[in-house]
Formats: sequence, structure tokens, C-alpha cells
Amino acid sequence: MPTISGLILLATVFAATAAPATQAADTERGEQIYQRCIACHSLDRNRSGPKHCGLLGRRAGSLPDYAYSRAMAGSGIIWTEETLDRFLKDPLGALPGTKMGYAGVKNAQERADLVAWLARVSQDRSICP
Amino acid sequence: MTIIRNVTEPITAGTSRRSFLSGGAHLTLSATAIALLAGNPRLAVGSARAATSGNDVTILNAALGAEQEAVAAYQLGAESGLLQKPVLDLAVGFQDHHKQHVDALAKTIRALGGRPVEPPKTFSFPTERLKSQADILSFAAQLEKGAVSAYLGAVPVLTDRELAKVAASILGDEAMHWAMLRQALGQDPVPAAFVS
Repeated sequence: MPTISGLILLATVFAATAAPATQAADTERGEQIYQRCIACHSLDRNRSGPKHCGLLGRRAGSLPDYAYSRAMAGSGIIWTEETLDRFLKDPLGALPGTKMGYAGVKNAQERADLVAWLARVSQDRSICP
Repeated sequence: MTIIRNVTEPITAGTSRRSFLSGGAHLTLSATAIALLAGNPRLAVGSARAATSGNDVTILNAALGAEQEAVAAYQLGAESGLLQKPVLDLAVGFQDHHKQHVDALAKTIRALGGRPVEPPKTFSFPTERLKSQADILSFAAQLEKGAVSAYLGAVPVLTDRELAKVAASILGDEAMHWAMLRQALGQDPVPAAFVS
């Protein structure tokens, strides 16, 4: 029998998953969300994950100096705000075979903030020459 | 053409799997628990589990890649000549933990029927920004913080709960590294009640 605390947790998880982004994207918040990505990613360097400079508008799996999964390389995805939103929500479910072993950013507002920040820094020549 | 899958679709058809441990066997919550787990003869990989452990292997391989980078980063720090005792000893000790994590993760991935990722021939580190002990400690702290987030992201999606428990154990170890490095930098070692 589910406990009350378990039901509260479940409701919280569903709320976080289902709620759409309702506010304008906050790039400062997006930068904070990006801290969750820094185990594997960097803006300007390939690490165990590919670098993110120039991500928006790039074809997935197209960096010549990074070894992508076959799934990613052959995905045909172009990284837009929409495709990033769908992928980041559930990487393993959205693109089976991806190397990105991460649960995803379940909160829609957080994803919107993160993508907005990525879009902004990708255009910043001091960070992404 | 975009073939990114609609996230409402099921990921895999099969969700049931045999438990890693049976009977009275228990997993010890330690950094080497995965290795102990991997050495358990009951981990013989059957076809049913192989079909359902793909995501676990992907998640563990992502963690393995980050751990390999951490080992290399601490090596870079140790060889830089910029770390003074006792900070140097601290860094070497942390590196040893990461080596244990690498070994344990690789063994577990093999036990699950997967292939551990190989470390790249070279790692791309921001050496142009690492000019002092504080620079190296800050860099290491960032790596540890990232590792905490990575394991936090892994725990809820590992389908095997024993693996999730071990990932949480490593998360705790990384969090202690992060706190110690912040302390060494003169920062608040535990800046918040929650990590993300």
C-alpha cells in the first residue's frame, strides 16, 4: 500500500514532469542548471560528452573530433530549441542508443532556461570563438 | 529528417529482471561495492537481463568516462608541481578513489554484458588556466561537483536498485571530495542543503 509520503513524492514528480514552461526563459537560471552537465560536458572542449559551443543549429553527431554513438551520429537531428527540449527531457528514451546516460531535466521551465542559456552562450564570441 | 523519439513512447518492452542478489547476500555500501558485485558468480549474464540492462550499461559508461577524466585530472595536478603538501596528499588520495571507481564500474559493465568505454588517448584540460594551486583545486572541485550531479542523475534511472545504491555510495564519496576541496579553497564546504 502506498504511503502518504510516497504519494506526495509521486505527485511532485508528475507535476515536475508534466508542467510546461510558463515563464520567460531565465538564462541565469539556465547557467545554474548547466552545472548538472559539467561532469561530462564543457562549452569549449570535448570531454566524455561533446562540447556545446555552436550547439544550436548544429546537426547532431557532426563534430569531427568527437566519437559519437551510432545512434546520435545517424539521428538526423538538428539541434533546435524544440529538439533539445525533447532530448533533454529524457535522453535515453528520446534517442535509444545515445551515450548520454542521464535521467534528463524533467522540469520544463528548467529545460527552457537551460536551452536559452545554451543559445545565448553559443553566440558569445568571448566564450565560443 | 529528425528521428528523435517522442518521449511518451516506452523505452523498452521488458522491465522485469532478475535481482542481482538473492538469498541472504547483501551489498556493502562502499566505493568498491560494484567490484564485489561484479565478482559475484550469480552475475552470470542471461539473455533476458542483457536485453534489459542496456540503459544501465549506458549510464555506467557515462559515469566511467567521467571517472577516467577525474583520474587523469588529478594526475595532471599531482605532476604540475603546483600542489603543496598536505594538499598534494589529498589529491592523490582522491585520485585513488576515482581509480577504484573506474575499476569497479568497468567490471560491472563487463558483468552486465557491456563493453567499458576506453579512455581517450588524451584529455583536453584547460591547462592555460591552471597556474596555481588554487586554480587546480578549483578545477578539481568543478569536476567533483559535476560528478555529484552525474551520479544524482544516474541513481533514479538505473533499473537495478542495487546498482542505484552503489551509485549513491559513490555520489557520497564525490560529495566529500567536493566539500574538502572547497574547504581547502577557503570556501564554505557545504554551501547548500541540497545538491542538484
